[in-house]
Amino acid sequence: MTPLLEVSGVSKVFGGLVAVDDVSFEIPRKSIVSLIGPNGAGKTTFFNTLTGLYKPSSGTIVFDGVDITAMRPDRVLASGMARTFQNIRLFSTMSARENVMVGQHARMSGGLFGSVLRTPKVRAEERLVHEKAGEMLELVGLSPSQFDQTAINLAYGDQRRVEIARALASDPLLLLLDEPTAGMNPEESARLTRFMTRLRDERGLTILLIEHDMKVVMNVSERITVLDHGEKIAEGDPATVRGDDRVIEAYLGKAAHD
Amino acid sequence: MSAVLDTLKTKLGQRGLVALALGLAIVFPLFFDQLATQMDVAIFVLAYVMMALGLNIVVGFAGLLDLGYVAFYAIGAYTVGWLASDHFTGVGGESGIHVLVSDFVGNASGIHINFFVVIFAAVLIAAALGALIGLPTLRLRGDYIAIVTLAFGEIIGRIALNGDEITFGEYQLTNGQQAISPVDQPYIPFANFEFDSAFNLRPYYWTGLLLLCFTLFVNFRLRDSRLGRAWIALREDEVAAASMGVPLVRTKLLAYAAGASLGGIAGSFLGSYNNAINSNQFLFSFSIFVLAMVILGGMGSIWGVTAGAFALAVIDRYLIPEVFDDLPSKVGLDFQLTQLSFGIFGFLLVLIMVLRPEGLFPERRRKMELTEGVGTDESVFEARG
Repeated sequence: MTPLLEVSGVSKVFGGLVAVDDVSFEIPRKSIVSLIGPNGAGKTTFFNTLTGLYKPSSGTIVFDGVDITAMRPDRVLASGMARTFQNIRLFSTMSARENVMVGQHARMSGGLFGSVLRTPKVRAEERLVHEKAGEMLELVGLSPSQFDQTAINLAYGDQRRVEIARALASDPLLLLLDEPTAGMNPEESARLTRFMTRLRDERGLTILLIEHDMKVVMNVSERITVLDHGEKIAEGDPATVRGDDRVIEAYLGKAAHD
Repeated sequence: MSAVLDTLKTKLGQRGLVALALGLAIVFPLFFDQLATQMDVAIFVLAYVMMALGLNIVVGFAGLLDLGYVAFYAIGAYTVGWLASDHFTGVGGESGIHVLVSDFVGNASGIHINFFVVIFAAVLIAAALGALIGLPTLRLRGDYIAIVTLAFGEIIGRIALNGDEITFGEYQLTNGQQAISPVDQPYIPFANFEFDSAFNLRPYYWTGLLLLCFTLFVNFRLRDSRLGRAWIALREDEVAAASMGVPLVRTKLLAYAAGASLGGIAGSFLGSYNNAINSNQFLFSFSIFVLAMVILGGMGSIWGVTAGAFALAVIDRYLIPEVFDDLPSKVGLDFQLTQLSFGIFGFLLVLIMVLRPEGLFPERRRKMELTEGVGTDESVFEARG
């Protein structure tokens, strides 16, 4: 089977700064892959390049057999790649449910005239989207009493969950999670780890994860890619990466007497 | 259970209030003479509220500041001027072109199309131009959008003013300050009823009320739709909205087009009622006036904007010129209050901004954005066409 995502030679340059430097990698279908690296390694820039927020300076991105290099973000989402953000970006004045409904935008068809006339088709679509939003919120573990709460009033951990629900609502093939356990306690992190495994096993989702919590990374990922200064310095299963000299060096620094 | 009852009560209460207001609006003309000043004022109020509601879609829902909304008033009005007057004398030969018009104009030369058909043309033209003005603003944010829209309003205003020099064949585009006049009065073909604003203003009033109800209906339906959610989403966070599948260009253009088409309706109505389409009706100050209605009432709040527009329109068309105009002379001052109109509006706006910055009847979200500092303007991505 062809990989779900094939990135070849992608670079992103801002002025003189090479944020992502000639990175190539693949994500096999139905796997959980982690992207790690020290702060400023270019992980989030890489995410933004994948999802169309940035145009890559060079290289190609092929997703599910389609070249999505430099495609608009909304098209990337429609093609089946959904993401969350490192610093939560919910629509804060909307309720949790409305947020998740926006996540389904690309899967809906109601336009200007349909909305004004509220045709039976639009009405049915709205009802389905409303229901599905509830299902997604339940899936990520929100209680029904929270569905109609305004996003900004939810607890931090719950906001993270709503963001995941919003991404899941678009029926993605690939879910990109940017530091999903940031700010969570160990118990919550463990729950999220189990949840990711469930998504893969039960829903056949592929997940690409940026994560700093090594416990989560080592537990959940089949493969790990390590970035440092925008370059890919290591790749492999958790055990290999853990023992890699360059990775240790990137995280801990080079010994002075070396 | 009691909570459910409470919401039902308030919802019923709200509906009752709306029904009462609508009932009063319907019977309002019966309390006044057919040609009373109050009737004239009421017709302007209806048109202004319509325009404010149209602008509300662009500014209130989608959060795109538009300082050139007068352009759509002009376009609506000129559509009436072009398609329902003898401006294009000679088009269609000796007999002219007539569509569903009364016998009275049935033999006149030029293009004479029924007002109720012309409205549709105005909607289409305004929507197309609305989308056109949206195009150059798509790569811009915030204040920069405002400046482009301002320029667009000015361009349309200038074209209207100098349109008497823009000629094709023997025809002028706009007649400039000479005005295109007279304009055909609306006519209901199957009832064989022609409006006559020289004798009775009631038909105009009720037509305006009907159009206003339609405008309100469109506002509500759009707010609670897929598109309405997308507008709020992109207003709050463009990056997240795009990443969640909202196509920015399309969604913004639809906001401009929808807002513009409602402005086109109001413009054609007012153009027809004014019976003269004159370039000096379409000034920058009018854009600001409509924007002030939206801000005063509470951006994004449909009833708020309705109330804000109602208040400013009544002050502008009635209280200042009709009721208090001679107030200064009564206290021995040598000027009329109408000369101070804009000063008064400015004062009112400042007052509202100090006392109630979210507007008279704020929309819940807007209020949160103001009081809790919600909403980001951060730009992490490279704007795309």
